[in-house]
Amino acid sequence: MASKQFDIKTYAGFKGITLLCLVILYAPLIVVTVYSFNASQSLTNWEGVSLRWYADVFTGPESGKFKTAAKNSFIIAIIAATTATTIATLATTGMVRGGKFRFRTVSFGLISLPLMVPEIVLAVATLIFFNSIGFERGLLTILLAHIAFCIPFAYLPISARMQGIEDSYEQAALDLYATKRQAFTKILLPLMMPGIISGFLLAFIVSLDDFIITNFVKGAGVETLPTAIFGSVKQGIKPNIMAISTMLLSVSIVMVTISYFVSKSDNTK
Amino acid sequence: MAAGAASGGSATTDTYKEARTWLLLPAWVTLAILVLAPVIMMLIYSFLTKEFRGGVIWEFSLAAYDQFFFDRGLFGDDPAKIEWTYITIFWRSIWQAGAATLLSLVIGFPTAYFIATRSENMRPVWVFLITIPYWVNLLIRTVSMKFLLRDQGPLNDFLMNIGLIDSPLHIVNTNFAVQLGLFYSYLPFMVLPIYAAVERYNFALSEAAADLYASKWTTLRRVLLPAVKPGVFAGCILVFVPSMGSFLAPDLLGGAKNFMIGSLIEEQFKGNAGNWPFGAAASMILLTMVLIILMFSTRQQAKADKAGG
Repeated sequence: MASKQFDIKTYAGFKGITLLCLVILYAPLIVVTVYSFNASQSLTNWEGVSLRWYADVFTGPESGKFKTAAKNSFIIAIIAATTATTIATLATTGMVRGGKFRFRTVSFGLISLPLMVPEIVLAVATLIFFNSIGFERGLLTILLAHIAFCIPFAYLPISARMQGIEDSYEQAALDLYATKRQAFTKILLPLMMPGIISGFLLAFIVSLDDFIITNFVKGAGVETLPTAIFGSVKQGIKPNIMAISTMLLSVSIVMVTISYFVSKSDNTK
Repeated sequence: MAAGAASGGSATTDTYKEARTWLLLPAWVTLAILVLAPVIMMLIYSFLTKEFRGGVIWEFSLAAYDQFFFDRGLFGDDPAKIEWTYITIFWRSIWQAGAATLLSLVIGFPTAYFIATRSENMRPVWVFLITIPYWVNLLIRTVSMKFLLRDQGPLNDFLMNIGLIDSPLHIVNTNFAVQLGLFYSYLPFMVLPIYAAVERYNFALSEAAADLYASKWTTLRRVLLPAVKPGVFAGCILVFVPSMGSFLAPDLLGGAKNFMIGSLIEEQFKGNAGNWPFGAAASMILLTMVLIILMFSTRQQAKADKAGG
C-alpha cells in the first residue's frame, strides 16, 4: 500500500527539473563568488586564488566611493528597518488584536500597497511627490522612501507570528490585574520577538538591496551600495565589483538564514 | 483557512480594541503620505505641461497621453496617426513577461510538486533553498547572470570545453537573456503558491483516479491540476506583474534593442528624454494595467474559494 502511494505521487523527471532549478538559481552566485577570488586582471582567465580584489575594494582607487556608499546603505537600512518594524508591530497589534472594525480591509490594502504597485511606478511617484512639495533630494528622501516600502515586509512575518499566539496569555495577565500596557509590553511583545526579529531582518535586507527607488529619489552625488555598483557595472563588469557583490550577498544570506531559524523557534512553550 | 490567514487573520481578538486607532495611526499616516499621496501626485503630473530638462509647468495638458498614442508629425499639425513606438514597447513588455511566466511555470511547477511531496521535515529545507537567492540583491543577481552568460563567460567556456559547441553562444542582449533574467528574479513567487496548493491537495483523489485505471499523466492533468489551479494562477500573476515593470533585467541583459516599459519610464526621469509628464503617464498606464490584472485575479480567487466551499 505504502509503495503504491509513493508510486502515485512520483513523476519521472520532476526531481531532475528541481535539481536543474537549483543549478540555475545558484550557478550565477557561485560563479561570481569563485571569480571574486581570481588573481587575474582579466575576467576570463583563471590565474589562481587571491584576495587582491577584496584588497582593491578597501584600498583601491574606488575604495572611497564604496566606503561612503556602504556607510549610507547601512545607516539607511538600520533606521528604515527599525522604524518600519516599530510601525508594523503597532499596526499588527491593531489589526490582529483590535477586533472587527470597518476599515480593516482598507488598512490591510494600505499596508500591502507598496507590494502591489510596481517598483518603478512607486519610484516615479515618490520622486514626483518630493519634487512637488519642494523637498530637496538626498539621504533623507531615500530614508523616507525606504521606511514606506519596508513596512509590508516587516508586517507579514510579525502578523503571521501574532496570529499563532493565543490571547489566553494576555487574558491571564489581565485577570491578575495587569494593565493593558503591561500585558502588551510584558507578555505579548516578548512572545512576538521571533516575528519581530524576522520582520526587522527582512526589512533590513530589502532596504539594503533596493536599487530602483533609491536611484530615483537620491540626490546628485549621493550613493548607496546598489547605485554605486550599478554606476560601475554600466562601464563593464570589473573584478572588484565581484568582490563587493560576494560580500553583499553573504550579508543577505546570513541575515535570511538567521531570520529563518529565529522565526521557526517557538518560545510560547 | 489558509486564505484567511494570508489576508490578515482569522484568529482575531479584541484585547486592544480601545487602542486600535492609535496603534494603526503611524502606519496609516506613513503610507498615506509616502505611498498614496505620491501616486495621486503622479496622476496629476501626467496631466501637466512638460518643462524641458525635467520638471513640470502647472498647466493642464493632455500632451503626455497624446504623445503616447498618437503621431502628429514633427511639428504636431499633421493628421493624427496611431503612434506605434510606445505601444510596441508595452507589447514587448507583456510578451517578455508572458514568456518569463511560462518559463517559470514549466520549471516551477515540477519543482513545487517535488518539494510538496517530500517528507514533512524536509519540505521547509527545500523551500528555504529555493527562496535564499530571492533575498540576494536583485542587481547582484542580474549582474551575476550577465557575467555567467557572456560570450567569453564561464557558461560558454564550459560548453566549448566539453565540446558541445564550437563557437560561443550569443545569449546576452537577446530576448531570451531577458526572459532568463526575469525567470531568475521571480521564480520563488511561482514555486511558493503552487507548493502551498499541492501540499493541501488530498492525494486520495489521485489514488481514486488510479484505481479507476487513469494513467499517471491523466491523473495529473484531470485530477491534480484542476485542484491546484488557484495556486498555479496566483504564481503566474506574481511572476507576470513584477516582470512587466522590471528595469534591471532588460537594462543589463537585454541591451538597447530589447527596451521595455521600465527603461522607457526611467529614461524620462534619469536619462536624456527628461519628459516628466510623459513618464508619469506611462507609469499610470502601467499601474492601471497591473491593477486590472490584480482585480481580475482577486475575482478569480474569490470564485475558486467559493467553488471549493
